[in-house]
Amino acid sequence: MCNAMSVMGPAADHYPHPHLLGIEGLTPGEITLILDRAQHYAEKNRSADKTSNILAGATVVNLFYENSTRTLTSFELAAKRLGADVINMTVGTSSVKKGETLIDTAMTLNAMNPDALVVRHGDSGAVKLLSEKVNCAVLNAGDGRHEHPTQALLDALTIRRHKGRLHRLNVAICGDIAHSRVARSNILLLNTMGSRVRLVAPPTLIPSKIDRMGVEIFHNMEEGLKDCDIVMMLRLQLERMEGSFIPSVREYFHFHGLDRAKLANAKPDALIMHPGPMNRGVEIDSEVADDVERSVIREQVEMGVAVRMATLELLVQNHRTMGGQA
Amino acid sequence: MSPAIRAKGAGQKAFINARLIDPAKQTDTLGGILIQDDKILKSGADVTADTVPDGYLVTDLNGACLAPGLVDMRAQLREPGFEHQETIETAGKSAATGGITTIIALPNTDPVIDDVAGVEFIARRARKVGLAKVFVYGAVSKGIEGKEITELGLLHQAGAVAFCDGIQTIASARLLRQALAYSTFFDGMIVQHPEEPELSKGAAMNSGELATRLGLSGASPLAEVIQIERDLRLVEMTGGRLHFAHISTGESVEVIRKAKKRGLKVTCDTAPFYFALNENAVSDYRTFAKLSPPLRSEDDRQAIVAGLADGTIDAIASDHNPQDVDSKRLPFAQAAAGGVGFETLLPIALELYHNGHMSLLEVITKLTRVPAELVRIKGAGTLEEGTPADLVIFDPDRPWKIDPYQFQSKSKNSPFDGRLTQGRVLRTLIDGREVFTEGA
Repeated sequence: MCNAMSVMGPAADHYPHPHLLGIEGLTPGEITLILDRAQHYAEKNRSADKTSNILAGATVVNLFYENSTRTLTSFELAAKRLGADVINMTVGTSSVKKGETLIDTAMTLNAMNPDALVVRHGDSGAVKLLSEKVNCAVLNAGDGRHEHPTQALLDALTIRRHKGRLHRLNVAICGDIAHSRVARSNILLLNTMGSRVRLVAPPTLIPSKIDRMGVEIFHNMEEGLKDCDIVMMLRLQLERMEGSFIPSVREYFHFHGLDRAKLANAKPDALIMHPGPMNRGVEIDSEVADDVERSVIREQVEMGVAVRMATLELLVQNHRTMGGQA
Repeated sequence: MSPAIRAKGAGQKAFINARLIDPAKQTDTLGGILIQDDKILKSGADVTADTVPDGYLVTDLNGACLAPGLVDMRAQLREPGFEHQETIETAGKSAATGGITTIIALPNTDPVIDDVAGVEFIARRARKVGLAKVFVYGAVSKGIEGKEITELGLLHQAGAVAFCDGIQTIASARLLRQALAYSTFFDGMIVQHPEEPELSKGAAMNSGELATRLGLSGASPLAEVIQIERDLRLVEMTGGRLHFAHISTGESVEVIRKAKKRGLKVTCDTAPFYFALNENAVSDYRTFAKLSPPLRSEDDRQAIVAGLADGTIDAIASDHNPQDVDSKRLPFAQAAAGGVGFETLLPIALELYHNGHMSLLEVITKLTRVPAELVRIKGAGTLEEGTPADLVIFDPDRPWKIDPYQFQSKSKNSPFDGRLTQGRVLRTLIDGREVFTEGA
């Protein structure tokens, strides 16, 4: 097992929180604990014997207020491989119009005694609000533009597998920072683990005072990528944009899309990452996205299942030992 | 026209041994007051136990403060149309508990107060309830749609004391120009909610580090001053009287300070939220702290305090905005903005006095005399003889913990929930009649 010891110290001996609402508040030791456990599952997932019964009898509900085939599938597979019973609820905007509020839905589900609720919602803070009203473990699968902790964890696991560490790395997070929960969770995690984060985006996609989160800001991609170990591209979230953030997709790709020429500024062994789904030809050129030497985008998806298995395991076991008092 | 409340058997009353705060005379002295039915007969240092004539019911206040009842120039009563959040009756009880005797209500009800019938409806309801004197703002535009001007003159004649478009900005420069110009012939005042709508569209809180960390869309504090600067030009152009409601940023204070020096007819108020809280109250997505305008930075809060102390900010209003549980128990971006304010107006304003920023007389003046003069309500905000006996008696030092579930207001959405504060209303009188008695 690749138990990479970080300069930030050893793994914590247990996960002390009832929920996983964000990276904020996690210590380096707790992050390392999750990643070590996830690494164990990553290896198991590549073997013939993928499943276990460690969560047999547990009920996991995936409550998704935003459509997401990838994340939902990843969580579903993770829970099933641990032997849990899984129910998927995709609540479109139509039910919201029917009048049932988030709290009502949470109360209804809570009454069915699930062990864990995995929640994705379009509004920042919605998952935290829900966690206050239920007595099971709540796992944030993305809330608005706030946090997406399992994405940051799977990114970290992918990086650690290739670079052997999470400290003293130069990581460039590029693109639509303004609308990205992935960016926020990654900034928090990478800063906590001792790496340096740069943000690269046009000024309209850099949120106000984000430099206060301990990042460097670049508008020019060539400068921003210089000597980077990791190039993390973000999806341009045109659906979340109110107003004119960028003049056109064509212009965006010209200045801020990742292609071979811009990538040449990064270190020769720099990894290319993307949380998916990719807009090819918008934020990333297919040539680099599919470069087997550099791109770890498919491995990110693979690590996603492992990280979700690890977090579900830790949360449900916590919930069980606390006798449902989580 | 005036929604006066008939006194029923108020008789002759005297309060002695009071700390008399008279914003009209600008005095703060020990003394007493004589009340004959619904009017003040006499007030001053010479009203003592020895000088009270026979036949008066005498109450010794033991040094508690006695001041004119508070005049709250910005509040939503939610009736008609939103009676599940507040009614004129529950608002009246809440106001009486907070020492407020005169309310100027916003017109953003359903239907909107944009015609004479609406003004008369509110006056009639308030008279019947008899707990506070309620005046209204008439809408500037029909249906508060920001397009066509209302019958400003007729509304004024029917009793609308000034005009505003509720919680919305009068965005159209043309509309605001016409309203300012037209209302000069009857000395009308236009009240603006200064927030440039395009810059603050979809925003849930103040922009900045916290909004970025919480992943919420932020409105730049500059959206406020940009609107104010444009509007000042229209005041210059028309000679109209413009009042900016609930200003919340340091830049706004600075710009208004300069405009006043230039002699422009502009005034402004702020609400306790903006001098007692900053944006950190929003941490953890507390929707009770979601307000409009949003809570700002600590620098802005301090600038608001300074603006109050140096007189740039003329008045303090509660900005009472009742919202039911279901409007607030939502993800932050979806939750309604606004906080109830009647029952916390006085104690939070008194923090300015306790913290040494202003004298007690200055604080009370901004809560009584100034707003009464701005909206031209005669006989309010004074202890002069012959004026209605609308009074508040309070202990400025009494400590208590704010618990919205003890409020008389139908809604409990106070951002001051759990705050330790000082200053408690003991009695509230309207036209000589006691409408609130502490502990009763």
